[in-house]
Amino acid sequence: MTAAATTWTPVCRYVDLEPERGVAALVDGAQVALFRLHDGTLAAVDHRDPFSGANVLARGLVGTRGDAATVASPMYKQVFDLRTGVCLDDPSVAVRVHAVRVDDAGTVLVAVAG
Amino acid sequence: MSALPARRKIVVVGGGMVAHRFVESLVTRLDDAGADAPDVHVTVLAEEPRAPYDRVQLTSYFDGRDPAALSLGDAGLWDRPDVTLRRSERVVEVDRGARTVRTATGAGRPGRTYPYDDLVLATGSSAFVPPVEGKDLPGCFVYRTLDDVAALRQYVETLHARPVRGRPARGAVIGGGLLGLEAAGALRALGVETHVVEFAPRLMPLQVDEGGGEALRRIVEGLGVTVHTSTATKRLLPARRGSRVGAVTRMDFAEDAGGLDVDVVVFAAGVRPRDELARACGLDVGARGGVVVDSSCRTADPQVWAIGEVACIQGRTLGLVAPGYAMAEVATDRILGGAGSFPGADLSTKLKLLGVDVASFGDAMGTTDGALSVVLADPVCGVYAKLVLSDDARTLLGGILVGDASAYASLRPMLGRELHGDPMSWLVPDSGAGHQAERGTVALPDDASVCSCNNVSARAVRDAVRHDRCTDLAAVKACTRAGTSCGSCLPLVKALVTTELEAAGVEVSKALCEHFDLSRAQLFDVVRVTGITSFSELVERHGRGRGCDICKPVVASVLASVHHGHVLEGERAALQDTNDHVLANIQKDGTYSVVPRIPGGEVTPDGLIAIGAVAKEFGLYTKITGGQRIDLFGARIEQLPAVWSRLVDAGFESGHAYGKSLRTVKSCVGSTWCRYGVQDAVGLAVALELRYRGLRSPHKLKLGVSGCARECAEARGKDVGIIATENGWNLYVGGNGGFTPRHARLLAEDLDTATLVRTIDRFLMYYVRTADRLQRTAPWLDDVEGGLEHVRAVVLEDSLGIAADLDAAMDAHVDGYVDEWRATLEDPEKLRRFAAFVNAPGTADPDLAYVPERGQRRPATPAEREAGPGDPVHDPHGNTAVTPVRHDGSAPQPLPGRRAHEPDDAVLIAGPRLEVVSR
Repeated sequence: MTAAATTWTPVCRYVDLEPERGVAALVDGAQVALFRLHDGTLAAVDHRDPFSGANVLARGLVGTRGDAATVASPMYKQVFDLRTGVCLDDPSVAVRVHAVRVDDAGTVLVAVAG
Repeated sequence: MSALPARRKIVVVGGGMVAHRFVESLVTRLDDAGADAPDVHVTVLAEEPRAPYDRVQLTSYFDGRDPAALSLGDAGLWDRPDVTLRRSERVVEVDRGARTVRTATGAGRPGRTYPYDDLVLATGSSAFVPPVEGKDLPGCFVYRTLDDVAALRQYVETLHARPVRGRPARGAVIGGGLLGLEAAGALRALGVETHVVEFAPRLMPLQVDEGGGEALRRIVEGLGVTVHTSTATKRLLPARRGSRVGAVTRMDFAEDAGGLDVDVVVFAAGVRPRDELARACGLDVGARGGVVVDSSCRTADPQVWAIGEVACIQGRTLGLVAPGYAMAEVATDRILGGAGSFPGADLSTKLKLLGVDVASFGDAMGTTDGALSVVLADPVCGVYAKLVLSDDARTLLGGILVGDASAYASLRPMLGRELHGDPMSWLVPDSGAGHQAERGTVALPDDASVCSCNNVSARAVRDAVRHDRCTDLAAVKACTRAGTSCGSCLPLVKALVTTELEAAGVEVSKALCEHFDLSRAQLFDVVRVTGITSFSELVERHGRGRGCDICKPVVASVLASVHHGHVLEGERAALQDTNDHVLANIQKDGTYSVVPRIPGGEVTPDGLIAIGAVAKEFGLYTKITGGQRIDLFGARIEQLPAVWSRLVDAGFESGHAYGKSLRTVKSCVGSTWCRYGVQDAVGLAVALELRYRGLRSPHKLKLGVSGCARECAEARGKDVGIIATENGWNLYVGGNGGFTPRHARLLAEDLDTATLVRTIDRFLMYYVRTADRLQRTAPWLDDVEGGLEHVRAVVLEDSLGIAADLDAAMDAHVDGYVDEWRATLEDPEKLRRFAAFVNAPGTADPDLAYVPERGQRRPATPAEREAGPGDPVHDPHGNTAVTPVRHDGSAPQPLPGRRAHEPDDAVLIAGPRLEVVSR
């Protein structure tokens, strides 16, 4: 696994992202939910909500539970930890977490988890 | 013979409230006993064609018109395997030797014989009709059952339809006691000019004294009911000619005291126990009727019991439901082997007759030796209160309250106990029920009965908090059943619960979520007072963390109410749930539905064509909503602005179907077209919908306007319901459908349109300011201190001095309204939010899949996705489409009306994933 090259795909400019709101992005055929958090950092998880099967997580409300940054699915309101992908209301369910970074030009790049 | 003990058969004769309580009590005990429960089956033989209902609330049937609203307890009781309810079964004979009862032959059905091990007589009473000449004429009624009430209503409607001698219908109630005043309330509610004829020198002679009777007469006459006391009816005379020949038309009073032209007469002169079965089978009856029982409710025959109004216990029959319930509990206990005994009759009663509070308790007439009375009479306010005290003026023996009975809840449990402090201080009328109840709780001994309907002591309520960990009123009600019957003790129970919770150190938490310790109403006040305009500032100063899906939409709603402006302005956009964020309603596949506003349900043909054209262009599934408008389903997020743009161009605007805000004002067609309508319902509905559109509130708001009392708009199922009258509008509040349907309650009558609108303004604004998150108007009215009366005082009499403030807030809302769709279309910044993908804005979600059904399309089920491609069907709107595979595996045919297989069209190839390719 260590040998696998990470493929970074540019998706948008950092300034296009609203604080505490998500956008969806198509990366290598995968649907990714990308969030800009209150502290300015970014998080990316699957856009697909595992409970409803619909591609909607990017449209959820961003917030916190304890110290964890979270998004609540807009469909049935389950809350996911944006750093681990684990559903805090049902820890047996998780979404994938994808790598995300900003380059010097202010472009946001996403690498889909393997 | 089998060695197994046989199933024990209990037969209850009668299907009234006491029979119901008996069965409820029995099955509760059986359930509590679990595996140890004896094998018992209970059969209830009810003469009426329906399950037991709340006869005490019979008059409310005139408001609600819904017999189901009178149902008692859990309807599932009658579905239990160990309970059988036989409706329309009248018992005609008891054979005590054979231990059987026989029922009448009727309705094409032979009579049946039911064997019993225990027989419970709960036949109740029948109305007493005095032997007056003409008592059986058409137009003469009694007031006892739902069928009586329905017959009375039907008769009165024929009177209204063909008025006599050009005057309004006139009715007389014979009897000015409790039942008589109830019947008078019913006649008055039916729009009949009402007279009450009472033989005694005052109204309610059994419950109140002369002063109380006088106060009651003043209040009742103030309501337009004419009272004739010390008057006996000599005869009733039939009409000799005219459309109602033979029907009652005149009553003559005895002793040449004149008479009255009347069109309808109701006998409410008392009741008689239905003890005929007992008489016929040789059981003892009392001197004034009633089956004689001992304090265990058992007759001289150890297998036969009598409970409720038919029982003669301790030498008398009792016409109130509370002692009947107590007897039901005693009989249950005894039949199951217990040693319960009737505690003695508590004849205390608190009633609302004709909207007037009357309470009478203990030794109300002051007949105890040396009894002293303290009286507070205020003819101006229409209040009379009397306390009967022991000769040392310390112990409470009884009392009478007329006009304001709020002190009843705290006084009744003090019967036979020492009243601390000045007795008069218990009667001060304007200190409010809550305040008095609170004061009462401090002194309330553990064994004091708090709820007399269900015999719940103060200790039981306290234990529910201490040991059963109930943390609110609802839980205590469920646990103890206190306050679940007449509800008059609820202020007291609430005060007890609060005191107990505080003593236990339990914080009565109103916290919204982990980010705010404040309730929605408190946050509203904070925002209003501090002028805070952003979530960040609010959570930093009054909360913690960065919010969640609970507090963020609440704050967005509060900010919208206080500061107005577009709900997607600046930081506020990030607070909105997806529905409010994209101004549409999310559906199960992640697409949205779009609802344009159609005020009052009125739409032009061109408007309908425009909506149809939009639906066709975007391939949206179309359905008429329950709120008289049209829902367009299946719009993808990136399509929403284009959909709105077409709708806005055609003159439509957002219908706010997505918001916790005004949804619709439903209306019937009203006087403009309807031959029965008395006011312009549609015109008012349109005006109200345009006035309150966009108003953000704790929960969705629905209004309704009916153009006459037929109520075709179902306005009483709305948060605000308006029903036209000859003189204006009646205003009802607090109704809803949904999970817990509620009928709206009358707030004000015969308002002119300007007053009506102002009253609704204030009602809505007061609700918006003080309700909890997701609390609709009905539970809010239950919760708000003082209930509907308090809200009425606030909006009609400005009792809090905030009316001007509420008016100004509503005016600001009306002035600040903008169509959110149009405003979004005009703002490129806001439009950016409607991209499907930030890096491919116009690309449709490739996972969406649809199948045709009844000429439209719907989301494919997981099984249909799994099955993959059938015969490919093209979808001109860019959505991937599949057709379902038939069970036999054959190729399904495209449905008529679908365009399929056209050259140059893209077609579907569905494999493990579905995708669209060129043909």
